[in-house]
Amino acid sequence: MTNPMIKPGPMICPFCGPRDASEFRYGGDPSVARPGFGCSDADWAGYLYVRENPRGLAREYWVHSQGCGQWLVAERDTVTHLVLRVTEATP
Amino acid sequence: MTAPVPGIEHRYSALRLFREGLRGQRGWTPAWRSPEPRRRYDAVIIGGGGHGLSAAWHLAKDHGITDVLVIEKAWLGGGNTGRNTTIIRSNYFHRESQVIYDASLKIYEGLSRELNYNIMFSQRGNIELAHAPSEMEGMRRVVNAMQVAGIESSLLTRDDVLAMVPLLDPSPYCRWPVFGGMIQRRAGVARHDAVAWGYARAADGMGVDIVQNCAVNGFRIEGGRVRAVETSHGVIEASVFGMAVAGASPELARLAGFRLPLLCMTLQAMVSEPLKPCLHHVVASTPNSAYVSQSDKGELVIGGGLEPVPSYARRGDLAKTREVLASVVEMFPAFSTLRLMRQWGGTVDTSPDNSPILGPSPLTNLYLNCGWGTGGFKAIPIGGKMLAHLMATGRHHDLSAPFGLERFATGRLIDEAHAGVAHD
Ligand SMILES: Cc1cc2nc3c(=O)[nH]c(=O)nc-3n(C[C@H](O)[C@H](O)[C@H](O)COP(=O)(O)OP(=O)(O)OC[C@H]3O[C@@H](n4cnc5c(N)ncnc54)[C@H](O)[C@@H]3O)c2cc1C
Ligand SMILES: [Zn+2]
Repeated sequence: MTNPMIKPGPMICPFCGPRDASEFRYGGDPSVARPGFGCSDADWAGYLYVRENPRGLAREYWVHSQGCGQWLVAERDTVTHLVLRVTEATP
Repeated sequence: MTAPVPGIEHRYSALRLFREGLRGQRGWTPAWRSPEPRRRYDAVIIGGGGHGLSAAWHLAKDHGITDVLVIEKAWLGGGNTGRNTTIIRSNYFHRESQVIYDASLKIYEGLSRELNYNIMFSQRGNIELAHAPSEMEGMRRVVNAMQVAGIESSLLTRDDVLAMVPLLDPSPYCRWPVFGGMIQRRAGVARHDAVAWGYARAADGMGVDIVQNCAVNGFRIEGGRVRAVETSHGVIEASVFGMAVAGASPELARLAGFRLPLLCMTLQAMVSEPLKPCLHHVVASTPNSAYVSQSDKGELVIGGGLEPVPSYARRGDLAKTREVLASVVEMFPAFSTLRLMRQWGGTVDTSPDNSPILGPSPLTNLYLNCGWGTGGFKAIPIGGKMLAHLMATGRHHDLSAPFGLERFATGRLIDEAHAGVAHD
């Protein structure tokens, strides 16, 4: 990306430093936990389909797909798109 | 049945236009009242977008329920209804979708007359392009499914497409060569604001109260029922509630104590400077993730796919703008010299199967109309009718029954994932 007008702003990878946002991909809601085998259909539906999706500060998985490939957890504002903190995702 | 809009002197007609012209345009009155809301109504609808306003009109018209309040946080149609690219079509794959979207298209065909408000529905035809034999196979499948359902739709050869859309790059060696396509001739575009305003005016004419700049901030719940909503204009009670707030649905559901399987994302659109007429149809390329039509003002109205990140920003990311414009210019090289006039975004409520959620909520007297995501403008007439039916009778209409919230637990999804460019 050469035109500064169309830069969505950098995201800071804890391994690679500040990199263009286009190098990263959103990877889902880290709060989702898989229920046990005996769970109800409603719990299973919740696991498959219901996400936090807050307006404002969100905790999200991201992956530096066009860089080091590392999975990350970002704290990002879903209204301003500002990324406040990025850490390594731990399993 | 046409709208009993108050008194003949308030109807819009050529005669009235002429008369007001002679009187210096001094006789026009506001299209709807703005009363201070009362403390109690029979029915309250949250959200003054197309779906909420259409629901209010259908409560009054179909069910004779006129003690209705529509609560809108900002201004009428200021949500996705006033931000969308206005494509109206019914070429979906599954029978449940085909019948509901086609019922909507049919209402659109007579809506200007029904509402006594010109919504400028222009059935110019919607062409979807195929760029390869495999894509043509997919279209054959959709067109077959449509024809079996008795809904007009046909396949186009490469020559058909190039004859209808001469500005497309005809080279077989370009990035997105035209291989063929499909068309729904009854599909088209309408004026989005007029749809919201027309329903608002007609509903108001039947006695519905509409309040703008009033947000619902909470629910008063007793024994699994909503007793009242807390608003910026005080607490308002009702016997039955409907919710049609699109991108605000997950938040409002959370306030009401339940969660919805929706993800809010940004969908953007943009318009070019105005041109002489050069593009008759709506032309979309799903593989290339872009679509374009020409508005009555001459601007090219351009849209593309979703931004792949949860967002409530209500503005389009410039990286996506560039991607969409690159796609359009690949298909229509002549458009590369145009200047862009405006670009914007809306927060769309996407569901896991790209189909809406219509039906009861976990609270007994609160009904849902949401999950239209990127494609609910075309469904405003039917979505409002379904919500009104649910609110008035407490039961599903046949058309809305497959779209209940319970389908996510039963697994009976209506997967329209490939229903178009972000199923616009
Ligand atoms: C860029 C773009 C292009 C699109 N293109 C197409 C297209 O070509 N064809 C198509 O069929 N669809 C299209 N869509 C989708 C379509 O716009 C929507 O599905 C449809 O307009 C939804 O209507 P609605 O009435 O449900 O929501 P909205 O019009 O968003 O109305 C919801 C209303 O609820 C109000 N509200 C929110 N919170 C509260 C609260 N707490 N209290 C009170 N009121 C509240 C909002 O202010 C808003 O006015 C597009 C969408 C976008 C963003
Ligand atoms: Zn990295």
